[in-house]
Formats: sequence, C-alpha cells, structure tokens
Amino acid sequence: MTDVLVCIKRIPETSSQVMLSDDGMSVDARHVGHTVSAHEEAAVEIAIQLADASGGSATVLTLGPADAVEQLRDAVAVGCTRAVHIEADSEAFGPADVATAIADFVRGEDFGLVLVGNDAADTGDFQVGVRLAYALGRPVVTGISSVALDGDTITARGAGPDGDEVFELPSPAIIAIQEGGVTPRYPSIVGRMKAKKLPVETIATQVSPMTYRLGLTSPPEQPSTVEVLGEGPDAAKAVVDMLVGIGVVSS
Amino acid sequence: MILVLVETDAQGVTLTSREALSFARTLAERLGDQPVEAVATGPLPHPDGVLDHLAEQGVTMLHHADDERLAAYGGAAWAAAVVDAASSARLVIGSGTPRGMEVLAHVATRLDCLMAANVIAVEETDPLTVSRQVMGGGVFERMRLGGEVAVISVAGHAIDAVPAARPSTPAVRTYAPTLTDADLLTRVVRTEQAGGDDTSALTGAKVVVGAGRGAGSAEGFDDLLELKDLLGGALGVSRVVTSLGWRPHHEQVGQTGSRISPDLYIACGISGAIQHWAGCQSARKILAINTDPDAPMVTKAHYAVIGDLHEIVPAINAELRRRLG
Ligand SMILES: Cc1cc2nc3c(=O)[nH]c(=O)nc-3n(C[C@H](O)[C@H](O)[C@H](O)COP(=O)(O)OP(=O)(O)OC[C@H]3O[C@@H](n4cnc5c(N)ncnc54)[C@H](O)[C@@H]3O)c2cc1C
Repeated sequence: MTDVLVCIKRIPETSSQVMLSDDGMSVDARHVGHTVSAHEEAAVEIAIQLADASGGSATVLTLGPADAVEQLRDAVAVGCTRAVHIEADSEAFGPADVATAIADFVRGEDFGLVLVGNDAADTGDFQVGVRLAYALGRPVVTGISSVALDGDTITARGAGPDGDEVFELPSPAIIAIQEGGVTPRYPSIVGRMKAKKLPVETIATQVSPMTYRLGLTSPPEQPSTVEVLGEGPDAAKAVVDMLVGIGVVSS
Repeated sequence: MILVLVETDAQGVTLTSREALSFARTLAERLGDQPVEAVATGPLPHPDGVLDHLAEQGVTMLHHADDERLAAYGGAAWAAAVVDAASSARLVIGSGTPRGMEVLAHVATRLDCLMAANVIAVEETDPLTVSRQVMGGGVFERMRLGGEVAVISVAGHAIDAVPAARPSTPAVRTYAPTLTDADLLTRVVRTEQAGGDDTSALTGAKVVVGAGRGAGSAEGFDDLLELKDLLGGALGVSRVVTSLGWRPHHEQVGQTGSRISPDLYIACGISGAIQHWAGCQSARKILAINTDPDAPMVTKAHYAVIGDLHEIVPAINAELRRRLG
C-alpha cells in the first residue's frame, strides 16, 4: 500500500499572445482560463493509478492563490481523494521557496512517493522536485513518464537520448513526471460531484519567499515576412523549386 | 572561473553544449577575462572529438571525472562530479537539455545557490542579470542572480555555437570524484531501444515534416509519412495529435515535447500555438501548409501554401518523385 502525493500548479491557459500586467511583473490572466502543466496532468493520472494498484491513496497539493482550489478540485474529480492547499502568492515564490514549503508539509505525513511535474509551464524552473528531494533526504529522478511499484521498489521509466531509460529506486522517493506515458482520464459526473463536496485542507506556510524577478517583457513583434508560394495543389512545383533553392533537395 | 557541464556524443561535444560554451565565453569576456573550463563525466565515447570541440570554443581546461560508475547516467552522481570540479567556479553553466536541467538542478541545490533556467542573454554583469524564457518562450523574464556562485541553463538553440577567435589547447585534468552510495542510487539500470521510439531521430533531423489537427485522423498520415521519407526527414506532431492518440508522444514537438532545430520544418495543419512554437522556432526555415492564411504558423513562417494539406502534400510528393526520378 503506497500513499502518493502529487503536486500541481495553477497557470494561465493561453496559446497565443501573452498579456502582461501594467507593472510588467506578472502575466495578466484576468481574461484567460487556468490549467496546470501537461506534465502535471500526467502526474495526477499516475498518482491515481498507483494508489489504485497498491490499495493506497492519492493526495493532491498545490501552493497558490485562493483560486487554485479550482485545480485541486479538477484533480479530485478524476480520482484524488484528499486535497491540500498551501495558500500563498505563488508569483512571489521561487522554486527553492516552493520546495521548502512542500517539504514542511511532507515531513509530517507518510507518503511513499511524491510526484511533481518536470517543470511548471509558466516559470519552467525545473527545480522543485530536486530541491524537495534534498530537503527531505530522499532520492529523485526527473523526466519520468511511467512508474510501477513493487513493494518498496519503484521502477521509473523515461525517454533518454538513446532510448527508454529505466531507474529503480527505494520508496520513499520523489519523481518528476514528463507527459507521454499515460493518457489522463476525463472526470466522470460522479467525480465532479465528489470534487464539489470534498473539503480542501488549507494550510499556511512559514516560508518568506525571495523573488529574483526584475520584470517581464514580451518578445519583440516580428512583422510577417512570409512568402506565399501559392494556393492548393498547384503550388507543388513552387514548393519543390524552393526545396531545391534552399538545398534540402538536390536537383 | 566559469565551469561548463558538457554532454558528449559520438562526434565529441553535443551541439547544445557547444552553444553553452559559446554563451559562457561571451559572458567570461564581459566579466573581464574569466577562464572558461569544462567538466565531463564518465568514459568519453570520442575523446579526441571532445578536445577538438573544446579547443574550438577556447576552453582552457577539461575536468574529466573518469569513473566507470558514471558510465550509466544518474543526475545525483553526475552532479556530485560537477560540484567536485566547481570549487573555484563563480558560475556553473550547462545546456537546457533534459539531462542538463536535471544535473544543474542538483548542482544548484548542492551549492545552495540560485539557478536561472532557459537563459537566452546576459543583460548586466554587475549585479549579474539574465534574460530567460518563461511561459514556454512566450514571455521573457529578467532575473537577478546574486551570490558567490550561480547556475545557468542556456535555452537550446537560443544562441549559436560560434568558434572562438583564437582556438585554445585545453589542459586535461582527470580526477576521481567523491561519490556516495546515495549518489549512485538513481542511475539508469538499463536502456531499452524499443522499436526506435527515442527522440534523437527527431531532434537531430535536417528536415522535419510536422502534422497537427489538420491531419484529420490517425489514418490521415500516409502522405505526410511519404513526404518525410522522400526528404529523408523525421515526423513531428502537435500535442493535439498525441492527445487524440493519432501518433505516439515521442514525436511531439513543443514545450512539453522535443525542441527541434532542422534546416527545414514543414508545418502541416498546425496553428502555431506558443507551446508548439517553443519547440520549432529554431528551425532555419519554416514552410507552413494551412487552410487559414491568418494562422500564427503561417504569419511567422518563411514560406506558406494556403489550402488543404490532403490535396497539397500528395501533389508535392508527386512532384518530388518526378524530379528525384
Ligand atoms: C501546458 C501546455 C503545454 C503544451 N505543450 C504543447 C507541446 O509541447 N506541443 C504542442 O504542439 N502543443 C502543446 N500545447 C497545446 C497548444 O496550446 C495547442 O493546443 C496545440 O499546439 C494545437 O495543435 P494544432 O496546431 O495541431 O491544432 P489547432 O490549434 O487546432 O490547429 C489546427 C490547424 O490546422 C489547420 N487546418 C485544419 N484543417 C486543415 C487542412 N485540411 N489542411 C491544412 N490545414 C488545416 C487549421 O487552420 C489550424 O491552423 C500545450 C498546451 C499547454 C496548456
């Protein structure tokens, strides 16, 4: 039986031009929806599968503003059975601060495995899992897309430069998940009902964060310089001429 | 001293590590002629190639943790070796590859210092201030790196690997790193090359044929695969394609997939969301094939053909077959 903790982060969901706040210190997310990283969706799915397979439980945790409860409930709707909210201004927290705050919570619990996403889709720091592991004195691997448990042995697999790499580590451990190994499930109606009702445990953190952000800027707008080679199949000849021209095809 | 973690392959130093070396050299010059040194872990597949690349980048010294126990990759073990070589380093720099990120995160934690991930430029040297990609490259963040020592990962292909004006003759220091049992616990126990589903074919390809939702279904890839074969390239896809189960995840290009830098990327039926652009923006040339002339992929591309990919791609294939004979 393994109790699994999975850590997620609320981020703005935007696939086009990102708007910035007036002071240039944060993303203006007033007019967009929110989600979690693709890696974290996969981590939630893995947590649920492992909890089911081992007869343990899956707990979801986030450090974030009051609104981040939405992301906790999404994870409960697909099968997490406990939700923990470290309420804090995540914008001000660097990866070391987040790791310290999560470690403080984990120390008082008994999780055999803690999952995080490889890197948050907004800040992309890639450090929370590793820093958390050192704070707790536990082993850590990153870039993992599937996990299996056999008693206290964890087998973790992820893509390496020469193929799938397999790691074996003892529980308790920290694993940073990369999407691609599992297909995240959709919530059922029953799941959504449970998510609405489940009380979220809200806790405060003693960590006083340090920010190293001086400001955000949008990449410079590049005027389009696209050369339209044509419309429809008639453009094929122009395309192949271009391929020859840039040396991709030798004439 | 600036210490650069270099990853190696059959040719010598990998391209992204050479980019990190160029970044480090430019920074060293701005900081007032700091030496740039390199650290490599485990047995080197091609030592002469490594030294040639380091000389080309003006590196003065290679610290080589030549230890059989580092032959199998492990983030903690490799980081222990890097930290051993970093005692006089004021910066430890590497590339933003999966391994680079993992090892550097360990190094930063062990050195109890800040790490800036996905850095694209140095804004100021005193105090050291860098610019880095956040939101998958959709936004740049200016970040201050205070402290005696700091760690930087350089975003892949954001910087060109430029040879130094004067090549160097790097000295080689071979050393035995201090490795604990805990460091060795998280090494790769085996690597499985199951049916070529690794990402190296995609990240190393000169031509990538990309396919998005516009492919229409799992059966809609035949012409795209033929185009890929005619051009001797690799197939790359958007996240919509992997989420719908049309193609496997290892083919995904983007923020949560692979970052590619081919000579040509042919983006077919891909809208060009920032998370996809994060993975393909380093392509030298982009040809977009799309029904929508206003799709971001079209406006950002070098070349475009407007229309249905299911009509256009077969026509290109036919023309290629005709010319290639
Ligand atoms: C945290 C996070 C991480 C993400 N990571 C990634 C990632 O790594 N990689 C990635 O790709 N996405 C990623 N995404 C998703 C991304 O935001 C987009 O949803 C996705 O890239 C869109 O894929 P698409 O271009 O195939 O589909 P769409 O955006 O639906 O675009 C389809 C395009 O095809 C065109 N089209 C349709 N039919 C045809 C036809 N017959 N012929 C020609 N053109 C046609 C349309 O005009 C349109 O431009 C991520 C999102 C989030 C939130």
